Amino acid sequence: MTTRGRRRLERAMPWLVFSGLLLLWQAVVMIFQIRNFILPSPIAIFEAFLQYRDPIIAHALFTFTNTVLGFGIGIVVGGFLGIVIGSSRLAYSGLYPLLIGVNSVPKAAVVPILVLWMGIGQPPAITTAFLLCFFPIAVNVATGLATVEPELEDVLRSLGASRLDILRKVGLPRSLPYFFASLKVAITLAFVGTVISETLASNDGIGYLMLQASSQFRVPLMFAGLTVIAIMGIATYVLFALIERRFTGWATRRQHDGTGGG
Amino acid sequence: MGFVSLEDVSLRYGGPEGLFALRNASLSVEQGQFAAVVGPSGCGKSSLMKLVTGLLPATAGVVSVAGKAVDGPLKIAGMAFQNPTLLPWRDTLSNTILPLEIVEPHRSRLRQHKAEYVDRAKRLLASVGLAGFEDKQPWMLSGGMQQRASLCRALIHDPQLLMLDEPFAALDAFTREELWAVLQDLWLTRRFTCIQVTHDLREAAFLADVIFVMSARPGRVIATYKVEIPRPRTLENTFEPVFVDLIRAIRDDIARERGEARVA
Ligand SMILES: Nc1ncnc2c1ncn2[C@@H]1O[C@H](COP(=O)(O)OP(=O)(O)O)[C@@H](O)[C@H]1O
Ligand SMILES: [Mg+2]
Repeated sequence: MTTRGRRRLERAMPWLVFSGLLLLWQAVVMIFQIRNFILPSPIAIFEAFLQYRDPIIAHALFTFTNTVLGFGIGIVVGGFLGIVIGSSRLAYSGLYPLLIGVNSVPKAAVVPILVLWMGIGQPPAITTAFLLCFFPIAVNVATGLATVEPELEDVLRSLGASRLDILRKVGLPRSLPYFFASLKVAITLAFVGTVISETLASNDGIGYLMLQASSQFRVPLMFAGLTVIAIMGIATYVLFALIERRFTGWATRRQHDGTGGG
Repeated sequence: MGFVSLEDVSLRYGGPEGLFALRNASLSVEQGQFAAVVGPSGCGKSSLMKLVTGLLPATAGVVSVAGKAVDGPLKIAGMAFQNPTLLPWRDTLSNTILPLEIVEPHRSRLRQHKAEYVDRAKRLLASVGLAGFEDKQPWMLSGGMQQRASLCRALIHDPQLLMLDEPFAALDAFTREELWAVLQDLWLTRRFTCIQVTHDLREAAFLADVIFVMSARPGRVIATYKVEIPRPRTLENTFEPVFVDLIRAIRDDIARERGEARVA
């Protein structure tokens, strides 16, 4: 096979595997005559989607809005915490253990407390999304700042650079690739957070829709909701992966590093 | 007193219980002089650079530069290290200009007089053989070229003092010798005061007016050699008897030091 053909095949592989799986799924359901309320076939799921299109889209938009809002707060808070932790050893030793502690609490267990404070619906959903997604952002930004070469810091300090100068000229640009890499992960986690909260305490959103559908044994509808949330998660992931590539090309092109020679 | 002077300077890492990296080190470098510091590894050469530039405070003794006691980062020094530490998101030209974004008066003038500074950086890059590479990203440059750019970055703001910590140690022998000549040319045209740490004795003898030999840790200056070979020096000089004898003498000093350190 030619290299070009091979590369084209490589590009097509994910789609081939995906379509193959759908076909297999459809075939298994048809051959073994699996009942709809145990495992609906892809076609049945699609039909359910068409049938309930309007409510599904409304609930999906609700989930999407909450996720984006929680994610936005996560970026601001996570970015700020990352900068503070990454640029001060004192802040690092004080805050890092606390952050680890907060992060290891299962967020589903926090939702009831949030409901107590905020009621149900949007506020706890946004907060849960935020709680799930700020941590990887903070850790990645801090890591980026901590990897600034000490020699470079010496070069700048011997020029009279302030800490803010060093942060602006070196620290922040250096941590950008880490920041963008964390966004991909964080947006996915934000979706998880929103859906958890909607499942536990909400009258709107995909999480609520699925819980309702489940209690009424409308399994194809459940799967349709699941599919929609999966598509949103994948689409935002791809979006942030593209943004990452666009803004931090220098970080991935370092493999062509020159060595030796004049 | 010289332009750079250390008088009985000691440096201890890790508080009152810590180990001394330098103990009673004294040296003096005249304005416009090229000094080399050589010594066994771990003897405190890099620490000495940090003391002179004010990045670390001395535990005892006085460090002074340009007649003033050093009590904080110098703000006027250029520095370069073994690792060229160019910023990968900037091209060679804007890497070179970086110090101008920090040091006054350039910092406040840069925006209005951009063309003038770009021109200055281009001329400097051309003088080290990097003409035509201004818009290349650092990863597109070879190791030797990166080190040339790093030298330009250290000199773009016309510092009075240039501090080099083993700048050529990671390069192959041929590239290294090319860069000796590049550095010598820069120094001959600009006459900054220069202190270069190196463990390559030929490099020290080729470049320096004065060589300070340091003891094993805790480091202090145990011998000072003047290099009287006229400039510009060429690689031919390195095969002359004066040159070879000088290196042998320094080598013996260091070997003796290492031997005593092992017995002690
Ligand atoms: N930040 C530090 N903390 C503790 N010890 C250090 C530190 N930096 C250097 N040292 C020690 O001080 C000694 C001198 O180090 P350095 O100045 O880097 O030597 P050189 O550059 O001559 O190899 C070494 O033994 C090293 O282990
Ligand atoms: Mg060193």
